[in-house]
This record gives sequence, structure tokens and C-alpha cells, in this order.
Amino acid sequence: MSAIEYCIKNIGLILKLTVEHIEITLIAVSISTVIGVAIGIYITRHQRAAAAVIGVAGVLYTIPSLALFGMLIPFIGIGLKPTLIALILYSQLALVRNTFVGIVHIDPSIREAGKGMGMSNWQFLRMVEIPVALPVIMAGIRTAAVMNIGTATIAAYIGAGGLGWLIFRGIASVNSEQIIAGAVPVILLAVGVDYLFILLERVLTPAGLRH
Amino acid sequence: MSHAIIKFDGVSKVFPGGTRAVDDVSFEIFDGECITFVGPSGCGKTTTVKLLNRLVEPTGGRIYLNGQDTAQTDVIALRRSIGYVIQDVGLFPHMTVAQNIALVPRLQGWSDKKRNERTEELLRLVGLDPAAFRDRYPYQLSGGQKQRIGVARGLAADPPVILMDEPFGALDPITRAQLQDEFLRLRLRLKKVILFVTHDMDEAIKLGDRIAVMRSGRIVQLDTPRKILREPAEPFVRDMVGREGGIKLMKLLRIADIMDPADGMTIPADCLPEAEHRMAGSGQDILLVVDQEGRFQGTLSYERVMRRDRPCEETLLDRTCPSVETKDEVGATLEAMLRRKRVWLPVVGEDRKLRGVVTMTHFACFFTAGDAPSGETS
Repeated sequence: MSAIEYCIKNIGLILKLTVEHIEITLIAVSISTVIGVAIGIYITRHQRAAAAVIGVAGVLYTIPSLALFGMLIPFIGIGLKPTLIALILYSQLALVRNTFVGIVHIDPSIREAGKGMGMSNWQFLRMVEIPVALPVIMAGIRTAAVMNIGTATIAAYIGAGGLGWLIFRGIASVNSEQIIAGAVPVILLAVGVDYLFILLERVLTPAGLRH
Repeated sequence: MSHAIIKFDGVSKVFPGGTRAVDDVSFEIFDGECITFVGPSGCGKTTTVKLLNRLVEPTGGRIYLNGQDTAQTDVIALRRSIGYVIQDVGLFPHMTVAQNIALVPRLQGWSDKKRNERTEELLRLVGLDPAAFRDRYPYQLSGGQKQRIGVARGLAADPPVILMDEPFGALDPITRAQLQDEFLRLRLRLKKVILFVTHDMDEAIKLGDRIAVMRSGRIVQLDTPRKILREPAEPFVRDMVGREGGIKLMKLLRIADIMDPADGMTIPADCLPEAEHRMAGSGQDILLVVDQEGRFQGTLSYERVMRRDRPCEETLLDRTCPSVETKDEVGATLEAMLRRKRVWLPVVGEDRKLRGVVTMTHFACFFTAGDAPSGETS
């Protein structure tokens, strides 16, 4: 039986797993973005903490995913919950660092002008810092999203569901068709999301910065 | 003079680490005045003006704006009442020219219509065509255009006070001179108190009603440009002015400042028959002839009067004599006199009425005595 035949036969299952995979990634990216951007903004206001916070995010990022899942299982068990926690932790480096760098690298003269004109901290953040840093922040979200799709695949191992499930089943039963039926959609998903974010970045970049 | 709009009372700023950037500075600025703060880098001039809008908080002394202690004023409201223009402009790159200009009005909740009108008005004021520029982004502007927008933005909410921190410092010399001239033109139209920081003494002289010369956090002299040039309080001020203080003063002063009135040597055209008698009596060999309105007509020399036996009449007038205007620069006039090999010239007003004469002696006095013979009149 060829892989294509397998896919046609199991199209319902593959779609369900794809939707699951997207769901996991979407939830993880949404929560990570809120947390990561907030922390990123916070450390622009408390720059003494910046190195430490980014350092911690960097350490989290280096932990092998299986090891992190292993660490979480005794405390939280298996399934979606430890998966989301792991994905959120992994995403922090890209999000915190990009938010921080995007905002901190705004030309000091822009900062001085805004302050000198009498913009409040909040007004300056909302009207200047976030729009100007948006392309860099979006790049961080893109990195996080693509990475989450990959890591979520491994999370099938601890019962998170998603397309990884097919791959692991296929490996366990030496079923190449099944492996391919899981791997190809994941690859397409990762490449597609990456492309989607490139488009989104372009649309969200303010016109004055597109040059 | 009117009451002080701004008053610094024993103001100091010591930065963490011990740098005494501003050291017990006191001064007052009056309505409509432009004060230029000049000095070498690190002298505290920028810090001094930033103390006013509290981008820097003083560590000692008090600062009053319209009699109100700025330390007691809400800092956001304070800054919105003070226009702020800086060397690097700091335009917001993601906003159009119009959005940049109208930012403070927007923060203050002006209506769209009022904001648009104000933006157009300001663009025209700084010499940019609203239709061509309002929707541009900062990256589409030249350095000079950016700074024009910076100035327009500083003026947007019509603040009574404007801080300008080396606004023309990063521009090429031609653009700088152009913007300086426009600045002077703008000042005539807008009655604003301006605190203008520069490291360039020539700019300080050109733009300031008074100049605050600073060194090591102190104001060593706060005076009019003329006083600074003629009576520098310290060798340091003299050094700041440079060796060409006299030349600079010549650019600053107008003919009206050094000329003498021509009363004794003027004769109305209808009194020409008396000319010979007058000249013989007084020993003058030249008279300046004016018409009934006092407008300069020409010169009459004794030589010419004597050569004719007929009574003196208008045909004897030498109408080729050039004249200078009261508002001409002293330096340019001297140059013109040397070029034309004239030792004296009649001075007329813009209405062509005769106002006085200027002679080489005036220039000699100007350079040697340090004070013009007729004193400072304007």
C-alpha cells in the first residue's frame, strides 16, 4: 500500500490530527506571545534585569525537549498541559529577546522627542515603541510558531496528540506509510506557517518603515 | 521690559557619579526673548535647557515658568506647554509628516479638522508645500526638510516657550544658514520665548537677543550680542568669540548704529541759490540735496558751484553719488566703500529719505574705540 493510498484512506484521521496540531500550536503561541511580549516590555523598563531574564530564557531554550517533558511529567502528568507549558517556555527566548531588542534599538532621539513632547510612558509605548518594534516582534512570533510546530510533534510522545502521533505509531509499527502520512503534513504546516508569518509581517509593518 | 517668563534661581544639577553639569545658575528670560546658550561641549548648556522641561531634574534651586514652580507642575502638562526641537529631530518613522506634526494636538484631543488646518498652516510656515509633504514619511525627507518638520512639530500646539537643542547642528552649512534666516523670519511672526542651544558662537550671535556663554556648568556672561562682542567679561568669552570679534560685530551692526546725522550738511532743493553763501561761510565743500519730502537727490560740490557764475540750480547736482541704507550691514558697507574708493557715503532709509552720513572715521572709531561715535541707537 502506497503512502498516498494510506492518506486517502485515513484522510479523516489526518485532518483531525492536523487540526489538533494547529490547535496546540495556536494556543501555545498565543499565550507565549502575551507573556513574552509583556516580559520583553517589562525588561526595557528595568534594564538591569534584562540580561538575567534573557539568560534564563536562553537556558530554557537549550533544554532538550524530551528532557523537559520528562521533567514535567512527575509534576503535571502527561497530555496537553505539560505540552503547552513546555512550548511556552521554549518560545520565551525568541519573544522576550525580540521584543526587548526591537524596543531598545529605537533611535534615542525618537525617545527623547517623545518624552520631551509630553507623551506619557503608556502613550509612547502604544503609539511609538510597539509600532516601530512590530516587525522585530513579529519575527520573534514567527520563530516561536515554527518552533512550536516542531516541538509539538515530539509532544505526541507524551500524549499531546497531533500529527506526531502518526509518526510515532508508524515508527513503532515499522509502517513507512503512516510515518509519511504524519511527517509530510507537519513539514507542510511548518513551511506554510512560516510563509504566512512572512506575509503577516509585511502587512503589519508600518508604511514608513517599509523601505 | 515685561515680567520674567522663565526664572532660574540658583539651579544646580549634579549627576549620579558626581559630575556637576549645572552649577548654581540663575537668570531670567523675558517675554518674546530668544536666549542662545553657547559653550564648548560638556559646559552644561543642553542640561540647562532640559532642566526647564524636566527631562533632567535639578538637584538644587528652583525653576519658575510664568511664576509657577516647575517642580510643582504636572510633568506631562509642563512638557506639552514647551515646544521641543532637537538636533537629531527624532521624527517618528512610522508616522507621516502630518501625523508627526499633529502629535501633541492629537494628545490634547484636538478635532481632526482643527488638526488638519493646523498642520497645513505649520507646513506653510516652515516653507514646505502641504500637498507635497503632508503624506510623506520621514525617510522620504532630506535633513533640512526633516528639521523643518521638527520645528513645525515643536510649534504645533502653539506653546509659549520653545526649547531648541542644536537644531541646525547636523545640517550642511548652506542649509543651516537658510534655516537660520528662516528662523529669524519666523521669530518676527511668532512671539515666543526661545531657549536655543548651540556650540557655534556665530549662530548664537545671529539668532540670540541675548547670549548665555557657559563654561563648566556656569553662565560666565549673559548679555546682548553687542555687549558680548565689545565687552567680553572674561578671556574665555573673548576666546569663544574668536579673533574675528570685530568682523562679527561688523556683520551684526547696521549702518544706523554707527552713522552720524547729516543735519549740518543738508540743503533742500528749493534753497539751492543759498548754497554758495552757505558753503563759503561754513567751509563745507559738499552739500547733500534733498527734495521737499527729505528724499536724497544728489550732492553739490563747492568746486562745481564756484566754476559757474550763474546762480546755483539743480543742473549742478551730481546725481551719481551712491547711497547706503540704514539697515545695511556695517561690514558690507565698508567693503562697498573700499571698492568704490569713497571715504564717505550718504545714508538713506528704506523710504529714500536722507538719514545721515557714514565716513571712514566712523569705521576707524568703531575699531579703535570699541564704541561707535554716535553710540548705540537701535
